[in-house]
Amino acid sequence: MTHVPISVTVDGALYEAEVEPRSLLVHFLREDIGRVGTVVGCDTSNCGTCTVLLNGRSVKSCSVLAVQANGANVLTIQGLAEGDGNWHPVQQAFKECHGLQCGYCTPGMVMSAVDLLQENPSPSEEEIREGLEGCLCRCTGYHNIVKSVQFAAEMMGGK
Amino acid sequence: MTETMDVTGSAIGRPLRRKEDARLLHGQTNWTDNIQLAGTLHMAVLRSPMAHAKIAHIDVSPALERPHVVAAFSAKELGELNGAVPCVWPVTDDIQMPPFHALAVDKVRHVGDCVAVVIANTKYAAADALDAIDVDYEPLPAVIDMEAALKQGSVAVHDAADGSLGTNRCYDFPLKPTGDGSFEAAVKAAGDDAVVVKRRFINQRIIAGFMEPRAVVASPMGMSNEMTVWSATQIPHVLRVLLALVTGLPENTLRIVAPDVGGGFGGKLQLYREEVLAVQIARHLGRTVKWVETRSEDMVSSHHGRDQIQDIQIAATKDGKLIGMKVDLLANMGAYLQIITPGIPLLGMFMFPAIYKMDAYEFSCTGVFTNTTPTDAIRGAGRPEATYAIERIMDELAAELGMDPLKLREMNWIKNTEFPYTTVAGLAYDSGNYEAATERALELFGYDELRAEQEQRRASGDPVQLGLGISTFTEMCGLAPSRTLGALKYVAGGWEHCTIRALPTGKIELITGTSPHGQGHETAWSQIASSILGVPVDDIEVVHGDTGRAPYGMDTYGSRSLAVGGQAIKKAAERLVEKARIIAAHQLECSPDDLDFIQGEFRVKGDPAKAQPLAAVAFEAFTAHNLPDGVEPTLQAEATVDPNDFSYPHGTHLAAMEVDVETGKVKIRKYVAVDDCGVQVNPLIVEGQVHGGLVCGIAQALYEGVEYDSDGNLLTASLADYLIPSAADLPSFITDRTETPSTTNPLGTKGIGEAGAIASTPAIINGIVDALRPMGVTDVKMPATPENVWRAIQAAQGGAQ
Amino acid sequence: MIPVAFDYTKPSTVDEAVQALIAGGEDAKVISGGQSLMPVLRLRMAAPSVLVDVGGIAEMNGVSDDGDHLLIGSNTTHHDVMNNALVKQHAGLLAMTAATVADPQIRHRGTLGGSLAHADPAGDLPTAALALECVMVAQGPKGRREIAAKDFFVDYFTSALESDEVLVAIKVPKMGDGWGYHYEKFNRTAQAWATVGVAAAVKRQNGTITEARVALTNMGPSPIRASSVESALAGASASADAIAAASTSAADGTRPTSDLHATAEFREHLARVLTKRAVAQAAGV
Ligand SMILES: Cc1cc2nc3c(=O)[nH]c(=O)nc-3n(C[C@H](O)[C@H](O)[C@H](O)COP(=O)(O)OP(=O)(O)OC[C@H]3O[C@@H](n4cnc5c(N)ncnc54)[C@H](O)[C@@H]3O)c2cc1C
Ligand code: FES
Ligand code: FES
Repeated sequence: MTHVPISVTVDGALYEAEVEPRSLLVHFLREDIGRVGTVVGCDTSNCGTCTVLLNGRSVKSCSVLAVQANGANVLTIQGLAEGDGNWHPVQQAFKECHGLQCGYCTPGMVMSAVDLLQENPSPSEEEIREGLEGCLCRCTGYHNIVKSVQFAAEMMGGK
Repeated sequence: MTETMDVTGSAIGRPLRRKEDARLLHGQTNWTDNIQLAGTLHMAVLRSPMAHAKIAHIDVSPALERPHVVAAFSAKELGELNGAVPCVWPVTDDIQMPPFHALAVDKVRHVGDCVAVVIANTKYAAADALDAIDVDYEPLPAVIDMEAALKQGSVAVHDAADGSLGTNRCYDFPLKPTGDGSFEAAVKAAGDDAVVVKRRFINQRIIAGFMEPRAVVASPMGMSNEMTVWSATQIPHVLRVLLALVTGLPENTLRIVAPDVGGGFGGKLQLYREEVLAVQIARHLGRTVKWVETRSEDMVSSHHGRDQIQDIQIAATKDGKLIGMKVDLLANMGAYLQIITPGIPLLGMFMFPAIYKMDAYEFSCTGVFTNTTPTDAIRGAGRPEATYAIERIMDELAAELGMDPLKLREMNWIKNTEFPYTTVAGLAYDSGNYEAATERALELFGYDELRAEQEQRRASGDPVQLGLGISTFTEMCGLAPSRTLGALKYVAGGWEHCTIRALPTGKIELITGTSPHGQGHETAWSQIASSILGVPVDDIEVVHGDTGRAPYGMDTYGSRSLAVGGQAIKKAAERLVEKARIIAAHQLECSPDDLDFIQGEFRVKGDPAKAQPLAAVAFEAFTAHNLPDGVEPTLQAEATVDPNDFSYPHGTHLAAMEVDVETGKVKIRKYVAVDDCGVQVNPLIVEGQVHGGLVCGIAQALYEGVEYDSDGNLLTASLADYLIPSAADLPSFITDRTETPSTTNPLGTKGIGEAGAIASTPAIINGIVDALRPMGVTDVKMPATPENVWRAIQAAQGGAQ
Repeated sequence: MIPVAFDYTKPSTVDEAVQALIAGGEDAKVISGGQSLMPVLRLRMAAPSVLVDVGGIAEMNGVSDDGDHLLIGSNTTHHDVMNNALVKQHAGLLAMTAATVADPQIRHRGTLGGSLAHADPAGDLPTAALALECVMVAQGPKGRREIAAKDFFVDYFTSALESDEVLVAIKVPKMGDGWGYHYEKFNRTAQAWATVGVAAAVKRQNGTITEARVALTNMGPSPIRASSVESALAGASASADAIAAASTSAADGTRPTSDLHATAEFREHLARVLTKRAVAQAAGV
């Protein structure tokens, strides 16, 4: 169980650490560097609550080893809106459209939506639903999440 | 993005954006797993891989050899600390309540049963050391099927040698009116005119599926005597009482905090064994102990729900007037009784007659032990099961009578003019307007057009058939008048508490006993208080979920928070205004009766320039320099309210289902939900509750079901096999509300948290059956997977040949 | 849950990767996207001694045009496969199939090579590879070898790769003019694996099907070609009736399992219905 040195940029800050090869990226984020905004909901890569952007693309941080993120750039829900009190349009839209209840799926949903909109700035309802298929939510029934993403697309000029 | 509120209007009824969201959307959360106290020890639980076995030998000591391990316990090592988890709802006098220890003693009774724990410095080390524990199991035959469990000679989950009765019959609950009230007598009286339809419905077992796995941190707080317990729970207050009873720790030294809680749906309405273990071991070692469940553990150890076999008979006259109903249930308890396991089906007992008028009703329920994970409340708890059965059988009766299912319902429901109405189950419904909700739903649905399309698809033999499913449901929520609970042998009250403090700086602190985990109480409770106090919503801080800061309460479940907690807020706010009025009158040198309280100010009648805002009164009450005689300093008021009655939301849900008859795959073409939850404090939040509930119920209808093999191995042991639908599996919903205020609730509100989950399951299945009825299909097993639908078609056609 | 401890190495060439596998012995394992491996590790269903991360090997990434076939590096992600212009143009079936795999996050990490090497009977890409008659390029201690798709998928979760071999690239023959294709995936929820899947590629000329390839997902331990359907279709008219008639033999020779999601009987039924639909789509009927 020798530790391996890694350096990872998370939400704009560089972190150098020694990790066990088996440590999951999400555990590194939460437990080694205290970025607890990203959460864990399952152990089979199904729930998507742990979604972050890795080098700009959405991934499930429970299904990436911390060592695999060596040299990479990670963006979490906590770094999405730069600066205190700032809001990313997707965050704004989730509030406006009541796209969250307990908020546990929210980090993953928001990061997935950010990825979705960067790939497809004006998605149809069906494209939104399919684009979010990797994230489970038990509270909202998804109805308002879909509306939030539509609204965010509008705000971001996609529609 | 803060919400400003113009205080001239009432905040009640506005779709205010939620106060909670800023934090949650920026990852500034405080889930139990986020709590990382220095020196924390991590607990990992060894669980039984077998459904039923004798623990012939167990040795935890090899685990102690592993790196970073601090302690390890089986039941033996834990000794007296191995507390028994209580059940607080002994529904009958002779109910069998076998002991349920935190760690299994001598025997395991379901896959996932807690066998031993390891305590280590890191969570990785704790998990690693589990496999060092040495256990020899002597397998015993397992009993999974309820009917098999009741047969003479069945293996007993709790056998006589364990000091139990040696039967799997946990209880028999009868409600058997004799004479004229009996079902048989009523049918007999109707003679040749009686049509009786009899069905067996299986309401399958499901999981709660909250996205945040359970977690607990128990921390003895050094210098003070206090044990602080953070838990991902719906019920911090109830937990405090129960943990005190189970552990023997003085209740006044226990502080329970439910920090941010990621959903519950009944699944976190529980005292779990891991909570007991964390507290006992933290106390024993004098160190902070943390446990966070994995999803795999959740699947086997968080309580399951539903799981009933329902034999139901309904009788009507040939022209469709209901005569009576008889319901016989088998309800699966699982291997042990958790907090309210036995009572869940009895909540359903009241709901089988639903919105319909009839003269005879019989009900019986047998609780059955099996070698499966214990069951307990999941969203709706008892009412979804009952609603499913009645709404399904109404369709079957309509088919039998050759009537339109909606007409049959209309003919038998309680008319708007007939409220208040006491049902055959003995509930007094205060208000309702089934006509209005149904009319609105039909309008939004386009019922006639869809029926026409259905005809056309039938005529052309389209491989995709269309079916229309109806559910005109009601439910009882807002648990509950304490006396009623007492009569039902429930060992707790149903009151709720609120304290409101007007602080010297003009801010309001609203302390509630409800414990939200997604329901937006911070926003909605502020709206209620704002509408009475005339203070902006943003100046009100809602304190909840911490027995240290909010000591009194009965927590959040059963759609009770607004229905009961809302009343306490109203009363406390009104009391606060009355106290303030006396102080303001003194300040303004007039009589209290000469003051109007408008927009947060006391104004002298006829001289509105003379006014004193609430904040100034609060400051005066703080300095107490010039208070009227006999008035105590500080401006605060509290109220503890016991509700007069349950509350009875209702609604009409309509589902248009497309069924691919070749593959059995179904699709929701359109879903309309018109709910009536009385006065809406925040329609945005109401709407969200409806959506979430709908999907819960739809998921039971179409996707979800816990499956065991005959040895009691859980087959749906992960989210890869237990299929929770994603956005891509669901449509958008068409929703609306009619508003028939509750007459027993001072705010006019009813509950909404469970309505969707209660209503949608039968609407979906009725829709599928309606699509396939011409092919001879009269039922589809839930979940209506493609194979189950296909098999229903095959069976019907085979039968026709 | 948490994986059992292991060592980790990240070679930068295929040679180094093979050396690392040899050094690591029996329990060494390749990791590429990790999207199948991570859940397995987290559930502690596998306990490798060392993971050899091939993610840093430049040669194993990307798509190139290699004459009559495309050469797709094994590490190319599902997301890149489905969006790559060359793949869409010459092997549209592969792009279409990749788009049905899991969800966006998993498609961003999961790789074509990993998916094929994993040889999951419910995997979609092996079926497409079989229908497209891909050839796998593998390197081991004895150098490189090529393995035809029909020989590559051996059994449940078992490919023809030796434990010290690395799948380097996949040769995908270009589909010429006149071919139509479709992947029909049937699952219980959008994110779920295929209950049954059918990959069809059909060549049409003047209203006649001249050649058809039909491969099935989850109808046995490995993906399987529905050869009796293929022969019934060859020379048949491109009509709904002819396709329906040919599809009745889709389940012949298959060995599907019964599990939580479907019984073998239902899978056989689905194979017939879905084959009819996939071929009709592919043939533009
Ligand atoms: C929730 C979920 C849903 C999914 N749904 C689907 C689905 O619907 N359809 C589908 O097809 N797949 C599905 N997958 C699997 C997904 O496609 C995986 O990405 C893929 O199977 C494996 O690719 P990988 O690169 O992630 O491989 P890894 O996980 O890294 O490796 C998988 C296996 O292949 C071996 N391996 C990997 N690369 C090589 C190589 N170059 N040489 C030799 N051996 C190698 C590894 O040792 C390992 O045994 C799903 C996965 C998840 C978690
Ligand atoms: S924690 Fe569930 S997908 Fe990552
Ligand atoms: S908001 Fe609770 S799980 Fe999505």
